[in-house]
Amino acid sequence: MEVTTSELSTPETGLKSKILELFSSVPILGWLFGILIAVILEQIVGTPLAWALGLPKIPALFGFLIMLKKPMLVPSTMLYVLLIFLLPIGIVARLTLAPANRLAERMINFSMQGSVLVHLVLLYAIFHIWTGVSDYRLLTLKFTLIAIMVTVSLNVINGYMGEFSCSHPGFMALGAYTASVFSVSLFVNDSMFGQALMPSFLGPFLFPIGLILGGCVAALGALIVAIPSFRTRGDYLAIISLAFMFIVKSLIENLEFVGGPRGLSSQPDWANLPTVFAWTVVCIWVINNFVRSTIGKALNAIRDEETAANAMTVNTKRTKVVAYMFAAFWAGVAGGLFAHVLGYVNPATFGIQKLAEVLAMVYFGGLNSVYGSIVGAMSLSLLGEALRPLELFKWIAIPLLLILVMIYRPTGLIAFKEFNVKKLIQPKKKKGKEV
Amino acid sequence: MSLLHVEKMTHYFGGLRAVHNYDLQIEPGQIRGLIGPNGAGKTTIFNLITGIHQPTEGSVQLGSENLVGLQPHQIASAGLGRTFQNLLLWRHMNVLEHVIMSQYSKMTYGLAGAFFGTTKRKRQEAEAEEKAYGLLELVGIGDLATENVLNLPYGAQRRVEMARALAMDPKILFLDEPTAGMNPEELIQMMAIIRTVHKKFGLAIFLIEHRLKVVMELCEKIQTLVFGEVIAEGTPEEIQNNPKVIDAYLGKEAID
Repeated sequence: MEVTTSELSTPETGLKSKILELFSSVPILGWLFGILIAVILEQIVGTPLAWALGLPKIPALFGFLIMLKKPMLVPSTMLYVLLIFLLPIGIVARLTLAPANRLAERMINFSMQGSVLVHLVLLYAIFHIWTGVSDYRLLTLKFTLIAIMVTVSLNVINGYMGEFSCSHPGFMALGAYTASVFSVSLFVNDSMFGQALMPSFLGPFLFPIGLILGGCVAALGALIVAIPSFRTRGDYLAIISLAFMFIVKSLIENLEFVGGPRGLSSQPDWANLPTVFAWTVVCIWVINNFVRSTIGKALNAIRDEETAANAMTVNTKRTKVVAYMFAAFWAGVAGGLFAHVLGYVNPATFGIQKLAEVLAMVYFGGLNSVYGSIVGAMSLSLLGEALRPLELFKWIAIPLLLILVMIYRPTGLIAFKEFNVKKLIQPKKKKGKEV
Repeated sequence: MSLLHVEKMTHYFGGLRAVHNYDLQIEPGQIRGLIGPNGAGKTTIFNLITGIHQPTEGSVQLGSENLVGLQPHQIASAGLGRTFQNLLLWRHMNVLEHVIMSQYSKMTYGLAGAFFGTTKRKRQEAEAEEKAYGLLELVGIGDLATENVLNLPYGAQRRVEMARALAMDPKILFLDEPTAGMNPEELIQMMAIIRTVHKKFGLAIFLIEHRLKVVMELCEKIQTLVFGEVIAEGTPEEIQNNPKVIDAYLGKEAID
């Protein structure tokens, strides 16, 4: 079989499959090693190499920005990416293949949690070093992580439950404002809220309380939407939730004590990378736990056939309301983080454009899949940044991409796939060896 | 004391009287049948008892518990399992997930367990899975556990529904045309499954059927429903020879 397929294929695809085969048994651990080496390498030789190649500075987003701004620099940028990222990652991942697989296996046998922790620490180290090069990267990464939280939580409603909810920006706004009011009024000497009530060194420790408070307010908002709209199925939720989003926006615009349309600023800088990273991990972990439990899978049953779900002892009404509040909670937490990353928040941020962005991420990444939402949120927010030099054309390029995805994969890139952490981090065997 | 006790149940769809003064008593361990021409209101009676529709008048009691006014999931948890005439399966879920899902009300780990994956959750999910595998073996589709339900042949889909209804530990099983659309071979297998289930769990079974062969062989007592009213009730022999029944099915001339 192997022989015939390679004989039939053209040399180009033959090369591609050979490369793919070379890396097919690299475990996640190996890739993480490779990327870690690459980002360390960039830290050390990035600047001189960029100079030597005639680049003004280290390309922030893998050279997309530079290449789009100055097409003359395309070859040297590509060379930079090749030398700093592709080659080192490829070589290290391939060379550490055997030890990485052994290590991954040993860690999993020793302790599942420990193994996950090691992977997360490695991932964080990569993020930390990668963002150490420029503040722009740091900001982009933080927004990407927040986008992941929002997208995964929206997928619970639009994907797992199969309803169409439009109020996620509204929930984000509720969370953002609640958390901001919490931190600004308690810990900052501010013209709007007066003297700080608590010493500011306590702030970072109490910050999670503010975020959770924001999430709870968002969940309460969700309850208000859920009570009337879950009496029947269909488009009601879409309409009511859209209305809710606009109500929240104009409510905040008319609340003078949070600054009205001018917005609320001077949030303390507590949403640093470790904080955002940790919240994102917790968010994904909890949501993934939920959708894989029978209580969470009841959402799928409700989506596919509500009558049957109800007749099979599933309390459909309660399940729907709880899931909606749960999703809103995480949107609220993400909103709180968003406000503190930016250090400023205004109602106009949480409008129809935000909604379009989040919906695009959900449907691009794939319905009913935590995995898909992570991919969708990452790729669209990075793409959004990378295509920034195109200015207006960015808003043509991204929708075009979405349309293409909708044509060729109507449910999104990675739909209906379970996010199984154990499968992800386990060692990979060579093909055929398992049997 | 009968297990299920329905008295003077009447239901109107707008101005249309779908069911009129329907009485039913099912004893523990009894198999009962409900037959009648198309549109007689058989499925409506199922839906009324299982809470999908609310009866306009009348009472429904399971043991000493009143079922009128309860939600379908509450009635199901009380011990009324059912299958559907037109196969209401969940199209994105596999066979095993179906049979685990109907044990929803037995999952007492709550939201904390769902969010944080407690040990209680792991234990209960594992128990549910084990039970599901057992039931799938019982209905003869143990090897299809990880298949998506849409990929199964029709007969196997019917069995999934059966296993799904059994997983909720019902006291009475309502089967809405369990052999509809089956070929003779599948029919015989299905009847064997119904018998096994009846014997193994000592279940009371109430079934709607169009095929008289199935009803006559399985049921102890049969009701015949025409235009929402019971016109005859009795043992299979009595029903078979009842002129009213023959009239309803075959028309007046057949009697003469």
